[in-house]
Amino acid sequence: MSIGLMSCSNQENNPVEEKSFADHFSGTVQNTRVNTAMAYIPGGEYKPFYGSDTSLVKVEPFLLDERPVTNGEYLDFVKSNPAWQKSNVKRIFADTAYLHNWSSDTTLPEGANADAPICNISWFAAKAYAESIGKRLPTLDEWEFVAMADATSPNARSKSEYSDRIIDLYLQKNRQFNPVKHSPPNYWGVYNMFDLIWEWTDDFNSILTTGDSRSGQYEDKSLFCAGGATSATDILNYAAFMRFALRTSLKADFTVANLGFRCARDTVVHLNK
Amino acid sequence: MFLLTSCEDKQKHPEPLPSDSIFNLSSQWKNQYGDSLYLKDLQGKTLVVVMIYTSCKTACPILVSKMKSIESKIAKKDKRDVSLVLVSIDPETDTPARLHEFAKTNQMSDPQWVFLTSNESSTQEFANVLSMKYKKISPIDFSHSNIISVFSPDGQLVSQEEGAIDVDKVVLTLHETVQKSK
Repeated sequence: MSIGLMSCSNQENNPVEEKSFADHFSGTVQNTRVNTAMAYIPGGEYKPFYGSDTSLVKVEPFLLDERPVTNGEYLDFVKSNPAWQKSNVKRIFADTAYLHNWSSDTTLPEGANADAPICNISWFAAKAYAESIGKRLPTLDEWEFVAMADATSPNARSKSEYSDRIIDLYLQKNRQFNPVKHSPPNYWGVYNMFDLIWEWTDDFNSILTTGDSRSGQYEDKSLFCAGGATSATDILNYAAFMRFALRTSLKADFTVANLGFRCARDTVVHLNK
Repeated sequence: MFLLTSCEDKQKHPEPLPSDSIFNLSSQWKNQYGDSLYLKDLQGKTLVVVMIYTSCKTACPILVSKMKSIESKIAKKDKRDVSLVLVSIDPETDTPARLHEFAKTNQMSDPQWVFLTSNESSTQEFANVLSMKYKKISPIDFSHSNIISVFSPDGQLVSQEEGAIDVDKVVLTLHETVQKSK
């Protein structure tokens, strides 16, 4: 409980005084079919928390949903895509806990807020949702690039309070039941990167370490080809480490009570795709 | 007359696929001969599946030699009921022609060998079905987990061997799966 209070007071002590990127840039994009504004992320180079080596990774410009996909939006999706209703979903695409708390195929859980993020969905389901509205899931690098921002700067990783604040948020229980966009956005105008849920990324399966290897070492290097090429580069950032540990423990059909997603899109439409 | 009707019925109404079958995937692939196919087209045989890329110099040659070792240990009477499937994680480089060449070089031209290549998205989806991790670490190199999977003739996962793969264990699973499906 004291953790929650600390986090709240942190927010009050750090009002958004500097002009954020979102104030300067008015180019948010409305999706014609789903009314989620997208933030333009100009991309750039960043150093992954966990990656192949210490070299920088280039992130191309892209658009990211300003908030996670909600219960209400996912309900609309399953209504028009019956194959993704909980009694119809193929077991290979989602485990038995998929939407397990829903009252029926087309009824949200009792008492659920339609504006709270959808959880209990698999990677396959998230991907299908994104494709149904002409979007895609953000890549791990895209998500982490945006996650480097705090309210006032695009890269707050060197600030000690940045990681502390995220860990405080991560420790709060049942935060996934709260509605989206009720906390301040980050520098890019993106909401709820940390305070409600964990999020699927498109290539969550690209981290070549096992979920059990908390020391950052591999128990069995023969599990991976070229496995020795990956290691932690920012071990002090424990919040990021928690995200990577979670991702390595996931399988694409898993559904988790506080794991949801948001969508992304290329800035350029590739007609060949 | 009755028998004929029954046969026809069976063809018109094939048993629905199990919900956890990989044949539920709708992705389109090409084999080493350039033929387009769906995973469903592999239905009916017990499958041994591995994901590799042909320009790999480290673990993949070991995986390929393990697949060949598995193939050489399959009981003669089981051979017609097994497909050995090598799926490329590098669709950009591994064209059907390249896979065909690779098969020839490695003496894997018999009909039980199936090489598949698709696009990035279908490859990623398939890797996720196998719970396989992979990442492009340079234009020509991938890091990836080493997994050999056995699927039943209706596409259900029977077993997976990961890491230092025990060939004899895979062969035994394969034999049991073929027997069960007969």
